[in-house]
Amino acid sequence: MTTSIERRNALYGNDVACYERMVEIREFEKITNAFFAAGSIRGTTHLAVGQEALALGIASTLKPTDVLAGTYRSHAIALALGLTPHSVLGEIMGKATGCCGGVGGSMHMCDTSVGLLPTSAIIGGGMPIAAGAALAFQVQKSKNVGVALFGDGATNIGAFHESLNLAAIWKLPVIFICDNNIYGEYSRIDKTTPIEDLHNRAESYAMPHMAIDGMDIHAVRKGLAEAVECARSGNGPTFIEAKTYRFSGHSRADQALYRPDGELAMWQKRDPLLLTEQDLIARKLLTQEKIDLIKSTTEIELGALAKQVEKDPEPELSAMFSNIYTPKKVSK
Amino acid sequence: MTAMRVRQAIVAALADEMRADESVIIFGEDIAEAEGVFKTSEGILEEFGPLRVRDTPISEMGFTGAAVGAAMMGLKPVVEIMFIEFLGVALDQVVTEAAKTRYLSHGTLSVPMTIRASAGSGLGFGCQHSQTLEHWFASTPGLKVVMPSDAQSAYSLLRAAIQDPDPVVVLEPRILYAERGEVETGKIAEIGKASMRTTGSDITIVALGHMVNIAQDAIQSAGVSADLIDLQTIIPWDRETVLASVKKTGRLIVVEEAPLSGGWGSEIVATVSAQLFSSLKSAPFRITTPDVPVPFNGGLEARYAPTSDDVARQIKHALSQSGAPEPWWVVEGVPR
Ligand SMILES: Cc1ncc(C[n+]2csc(CCOP(=O)(O)OP(=O)(O)O)c2C)c(N)n1
Ligand SMILES: [Mg+2]
Repeated sequence: MTTSIERRNALYGNDVACYERMVEIREFEKITNAFFAAGSIRGTTHLAVGQEALALGIASTLKPTDVLAGTYRSHAIALALGLTPHSVLGEIMGKATGCCGGVGGSMHMCDTSVGLLPTSAIIGGGMPIAAGAALAFQVQKSKNVGVALFGDGATNIGAFHESLNLAAIWKLPVIFICDNNIYGEYSRIDKTTPIEDLHNRAESYAMPHMAIDGMDIHAVRKGLAEAVECARSGNGPTFIEAKTYRFSGHSRADQALYRPDGELAMWQKRDPLLLTEQDLIARKLLTQEKIDLIKSTTEIELGALAKQVEKDPEPELSAMFSNIYTPKKVSK
Repeated sequence: MTAMRVRQAIVAALADEMRADESVIIFGEDIAEAEGVFKTSEGILEEFGPLRVRDTPISEMGFTGAAVGAAMMGLKPVVEIMFIEFLGVALDQVVTEAAKTRYLSHGTLSVPMTIRASAGSGLGFGCQHSQTLEHWFASTPGLKVVMPSDAQSAYSLLRAAIQDPDPVVVLEPRILYAERGEVETGKIAEIGKASMRTTGSDITIVALGHMVNIAQDAIQSAGVSADLIDLQTIIPWDRETVLASVKKTGRLIVVEEAPLSGGWGSEIVATVSAQLFSSLKSAPFRITTPDVPVPFNGGLEARYAPTSDDVARQIKHALSQSGAPEPWWVVEGVPR
């Protein structure tokens, strides 16, 4: 059994491994989608197809001791940070083998061994928490950083502004990463937000900010490395706006018919998998044959895993009553 | 009478109020162009136009507060909060601003706003999207809180809420949106007035929202003669109807889809116990969810809210013994 931390460590300095993980995420989301469509998963789901480069750029730049507070769009970042497809799919299917023991569901991933704090299904929920984690690192004089990962729509909620302001005045080692996929649910950004270059919002908090190409793993790493360096050396927070695109609808049922014609096709030309493949071929790290092999192997492996997870045990009834309070310490 | 789904009854109530009163405006996330994520505002933008029907950014505090201000100035805003949990980020505007406005304006300002929100468990949305949370509001003087149980009450309560001169929170059981029922349009409920779902002689059962349907199934399967009171309004609740019924039957069970601790049913059991002590044949009690977050797993979530089987078990107990029964998790000895 590979552990989360082993899967995480495999990414560092290994562009092929990062690419393989991106393929894994893409295939994983296909399975999730198919399971939902077939009715074998309950509730809702939010796919991150098209946003794999951002997830991998983050996972291969942060250390496992850094922490990240993310959102309901949780599968890609969880897999990237190291969670096993088994524990992520197990959670989505409500199995005892899921990372939250099956009581959380698709929107709620967590694995503290690789720094993933519980992802929140409330917009803005994770931002003050990332700042607070960074506050702890500041007080504890550790070199770790906190990261908040959230969508463009989340920049309109109060918690966003309050967190940025706090982080700025306290010079917290936190990085705000806005995944600007230009939609919040069914609304395009221009309908809800007066500006589209959201990183400019950090200006009024006197916080360094940048826009990066979220489809390109190198661009993500470069921008984030700079922000991490700034935070680790005590120079405070950075706001990063990653320009991305959501290839699928917002959630399970959404066909995304509200998108203008051609918009998806335009972004698909910059599919992060495609860009990475071109790069790896150019650098002679992979060949087209090898790429095809990676894809087909991943498909087969995840397909087999999915069959296994379907048969995994359901949580015991007692799971419903567990982990609500910290158990009292029993004195010996 | 027209057959419609609960979500269509909501659309009908919104449209009828907007036709009747130009000061009614509605806003919320994806309610205009997309017609609501639960399709509870289908056709509303088309008929009433963008001045009165607006999509908002993801800014619950901002737009709920804007409804408070607009209401003070004479509009009747209806805001949609997609899942009741999202009101958490706007709670100040509801419990500390809207509910106190009349008081702090020495009676010169009213806040005739309506907050609609989907609520409840059963659909696999996980613990941050499945609570009912009526207790957030139930101890806030100045607010009224209602919850429909079917298409008719969804229509009639929403119209009453919009017409009401004070802030009203309408909690809509999400699990019922697709359910069909006969609706008499034009029929407007009275806030604070319960409705009798069934009448009988042996026991009084008070329930709210989807639990009314669960209780009705339980009464049927237990084969008892019961007054089933669909409370409909939690504050101010209908003391008169409840007390009259328990006086007649001598027994009371309250069925709630909310945690055992801190539920509205305690208020009812306390009132009945104090007022009707000598006419009680058995101890009044509540059937609630355990004190746990709503679990995602389907098998576990199915045990979360009271089930008709368990309600039937407890009804039979109440009719045969004077003491209250234990909840299922105690009976089954689930390790906790
Ligand atoms: C406080 C709150 N309001 C509304 C929602 C419902 N909701 C879930 S996702 C979403 C859109 C978020 O868009 P964005 O921040 O751009 O993230 P994306 O989904 O595009 O990743 C909304 C409105 C919520 N979860 N929490
Ligand atoms: Mg977005």
